[in-house]
Amino acid sequence: MLAKRIIPCLDIRDGKTVKGINFENVVDVGDPVELGAKYARDGADELVYLDITATHEGRKLFADLVRRIAGHLNIPFTVGGGINHVGDAEILLSAGADKVSINSSAVKDPGVIDRIAGGFGNQFVVVAIDAQYADDRWTVYVNGGRIPTEKELFSWAEEAQDRGAGEILFTSMNHDGTKNGYACEALRELSSTLSIPVIASGGAGKKEHFVEVFDRGCADAALAASIFHYNEIPIPELKSYLKQNNIIVR
Amino acid sequence: MNVAIIKYNAGNIRSVDYALKRLGVSAEITDDPDAIVSADRVIFPGVGEAATTMKYLKDRELDRLIAGLSQPVLGICLGQQLMCSWSEERDTSCIGIFDQPVRRFPDGLKVPHMGWNSLDSVSGTLFDETLKGSYVYFVHSYYVPVCEDTAAETEYMVPFSAAMQKDNFFATQFHPEKSGGPGHKILSNFMKL
Repeated sequence: MLAKRIIPCLDIRDGKTVKGINFENVVDVGDPVELGAKYARDGADELVYLDITATHEGRKLFADLVRRIAGHLNIPFTVGGGINHVGDAEILLSAGADKVSINSSAVKDPGVIDRIAGGFGNQFVVVAIDAQYADDRWTVYVNGGRIPTEKELFSWAEEAQDRGAGEILFTSMNHDGTKNGYACEALRELSSTLSIPVIASGGAGKKEHFVEVFDRGCADAALAASIFHYNEIPIPELKSYLKQNNIIVR
Repeated sequence: MNVAIIKYNAGNIRSVDYALKRLGVSAEITDDPDAIVSADRVIFPGVGEAATTMKYLKDRELDRLIAGLSQPVLGICLGQQLMCSWSEERDTSCIGIFDQPVRRFPDGLKVPHMGWNSLDSVSGTLFDETLKGSYVYFVHSYYVPVCEDTAAETEYMVPFSAAMQKDNFFATQFHPEKSGGPGHKILSNFMKL
């Protein structure tokens, strides 16, 4: 049976991990390769590396980093942040990334989805969507959740799928950072509307939230950051809890 | 050991090279016929679309070259599919090492079949019993039905060939280079043949 995926997300600035505490057996939690390898050993199914650097120099460091990650990691990983053109995606592909995640750039120019998917395959393209629920509507935001757009979550996700997205990574801004659980109702609707996998993001605080997001939210994968970086929920413990609750995990 | 990874216009070939490096094996990524024919092991990786890739291979006569190889050959993902006789993906005639068709997954669950799935049964030289039940990483929309060449079976809506074997030809639908410990073991078994 196909397993549900657990995906830690690491923020990178100037080639270094932004968050994270000191783990046993990890010399430098600031080193994205070491931290990623630790998560892989712990049973993470995939990793997402998000480059939050704004400078040109930082971007170059990120491509070098992707090369190092690809050399060390024996599980798939997605990279995102600042991918505006096919050329940006190509650099990361040739550095060894398995997938790229695009967000604001796809909203501004939806054709970039077609072009990256057309060039490198649908499986290579994750379309990330940040949305906020208010007044009976899920509004899509760009620029790290700072700017609202005209787009609405469900129709935008469908359009992204039709243009060639291989997966949708949906972050609920209402839930992100609350640690009160994922946006299960919206995820369930998204999952039933789409024929491609849905990755849930935003709101993980307890192990129960992961059972909910897979059972009630019908998500294919669940992403989280701080609960893993601060070791609030160790991945092996989460996996065995999910197994006890009849969720299929690796 | 001299390992050739066949270079063509698709996907993340680099990750196969990295996985071999982790095994202590250095490989050459090449489309040079002499280098491929003289290698001790040949890996035919692949992410991409069947018709475009077959055209690329045919234009360079790499399709016939691959079919004629006598050393151990390992096809990965699209590589496995192209080693079959025909693919439903844009009605593509393929290399034909395995006399099997490649089908698109039926409607029902999400396609592509993406993520970690279990090897429900294993046989053949690359697999030992400890790998039965192991999870490996898949990304694909087309599959090879279970047949006499099947070396490992996985189920996603239908049971399908997770791996195949015939004479010196081996293939996996999953990505051993991205499949953690079990993938490492399978690649290592291929190197030890």
